[in-house]
Amino acid sequence: MTVDGRTASEKILSRASGMLKARAGDIVEAGPDLVMSHENTYLVNRSFSEFGLPRPWDPDKVVVVLDHRTPANNAQTAAVHASIRKLVTKYGVGRFFDSGEGICHQLLVEERLARPGQLILGTDSHTTTEGAVGAFATGIGATEMAGVWATGSLWLKIPKTVLVNLSGHLMKGTCAKDVALSLAKIIGPSGADYRCMEFVGTLVADLPMASRMVLCNMAVEMGAKAAMVSPDIVTKEWFRGYGEDALTVVASDEDAEFERRVESDVSRMPPIVSGPHKVEEAKSVDKFEGVRIDQAFIGTCTNGRLEDLLAAARILKGRKVAQGCRLIVAPASRRVLTDAIDHGAVQTITQAGGVVLTPGCGPCMGAHGGVLGPGEVCISTSNRNFPGRMGSEEAEIYLASPMTVAASAVAGKIADPRRMLE
Amino acid sequence: MSVRGRIWLFGHDINTDLIMPGRYLDNYDPAHLAQHAMEGANKKFASGVRKGDIVVSGKNFGCGSSREQAVTALKHSGVSAVIAESFARIFYRNAINLGLPVVVSPTAHAVFGDGDIAMLDVDALVLGSSDGAKSAPLEPIPSHVKTILGMGGLVPYVKAKLAAKEA
Repeated sequence: MTVDGRTASEKILSRASGMLKARAGDIVEAGPDLVMSHENTYLVNRSFSEFGLPRPWDPDKVVVVLDHRTPANNAQTAAVHASIRKLVTKYGVGRFFDSGEGICHQLLVEERLARPGQLILGTDSHTTTEGAVGAFATGIGATEMAGVWATGSLWLKIPKTVLVNLSGHLMKGTCAKDVALSLAKIIGPSGADYRCMEFVGTLVADLPMASRMVLCNMAVEMGAKAAMVSPDIVTKEWFRGYGEDALTVVASDEDAEFERRVESDVSRMPPIVSGPHKVEEAKSVDKFEGVRIDQAFIGTCTNGRLEDLLAAARILKGRKVAQGCRLIVAPASRRVLTDAIDHGAVQTITQAGGVVLTPGCGPCMGAHGGVLGPGEVCISTSNRNFPGRMGSEEAEIYLASPMTVAASAVAGKIADPRRMLE
Repeated sequence: MSVRGRIWLFGHDINTDLIMPGRYLDNYDPAHLAQHAMEGANKKFASGVRKGDIVVSGKNFGCGSSREQAVTALKHSGVSAVIAESFARIFYRNAINLGLPVVVSPTAHAVFGDGDIAMLDVDALVLGSSDGAKSAPLEPIPSHVKTILGMGGLVPYVKAKLAAKEA
């Protein structure tokens, strides 16, 4: 049976490839509207330089961000950063965000570089985050990006779409992160492999852009190639907030063919904690309450935005981080940091005993800024709790929302944030 | 392609933090990366692996980060191919792009044991133990993927494409 309706993925990749009738399952040669790389621009260029070309095919479509190890954690990284600064000048890449500006995914959305209907490629698995504005955004490797820099295109299989219908309203003390972790359990680490996850439903309609980014970000932990929230009134208002009124919108047709539908009603969902070691090990917070922690980390491309810092500050206001526990906060961008200062959240966090790092990825992948030692336990708002992710393989990482992480920092052990929201 | 090697057996969802931990990624030197290959999954791998050895794994091999150093580490350590029940997509593309054969086999990880000596024949689509007692079928490699792999990876492939454009 063939259907007339088309998914957003089919529409975007058809347009980007010129194969106007292309459908899920077809392999197309597509030209991206935007390409992004971070510190691995070094690796991109190592392969790209083999082609003997003077510059990438279209430097205006290239974005380079230094975020993974910023400021440089050692001399080696400093040399890599320096070489990338020279490169962007040489190639005429105007959209270069140096150390301290923020995390690549945050910047693409915040600077309105990511737009509805675009095909975005990034050398980072969490590029799916940018789907929150209604773009088709996916992660690739560095050498693949070198090929894109050279030719302006790459092969992509148009994915089938998994429709995730989220209904109900969030209870006090819960947020999009709890939803994402619970979905990781329902769908599993490869349940959305090679698929586009599209989020719809009454809950999604209510979620602000920052929360939509959380859902799209975590989709890759379920194997998704891309994730998307179709542009709606929230998207339009969000762009309008930056003075942009005209917005081209691409969305799935109602009669499009969806491979699978996942239904979830969040109305009774408690705060969720995942871990350690597997994202899909998601359970109600009460199953983990009392687990002693050494460190609490709030930040990353998942949960380092203003709404996250404000949510944490609500818990931390008038409280102190427990003796023997460290609270580390890394804002997702300079703008987030500035706004958090304006709202008093940075003051609240530091008065409570927390520290605020340079905007960027922070200790999420174990490079710096709060690396874990053997036997240490961390509760984090990040997206991965794999062994060794934040340093020692003998450390344990639990994933949770900013509210749960803040409450746990105060308690010195995993705690239910609802008890501190009276 | 036909190769003989020791099988290194791994489970499901072997993520890139296990294959190539982030704490070693400051240094892009392939020899340095190879010294830490699979460190999170098997500490004896990096020192024990020999040229031609075959990694066999379950579902979703290579999930997690887009870091292609995960492939670089395996390739530079001498691994001739990765056979898995399924691959995470970015790892799969990275492997093809760096010229490391990655082949799907629904049964290999259940049939073979760690340390088995096996013959891998990518053209005949079979992985068989050297004593003939065990074998597992491999799924065909898609043709566009085979083309890139056949040329040794994406860099030679793109070079040829650019040269053809110029001619």
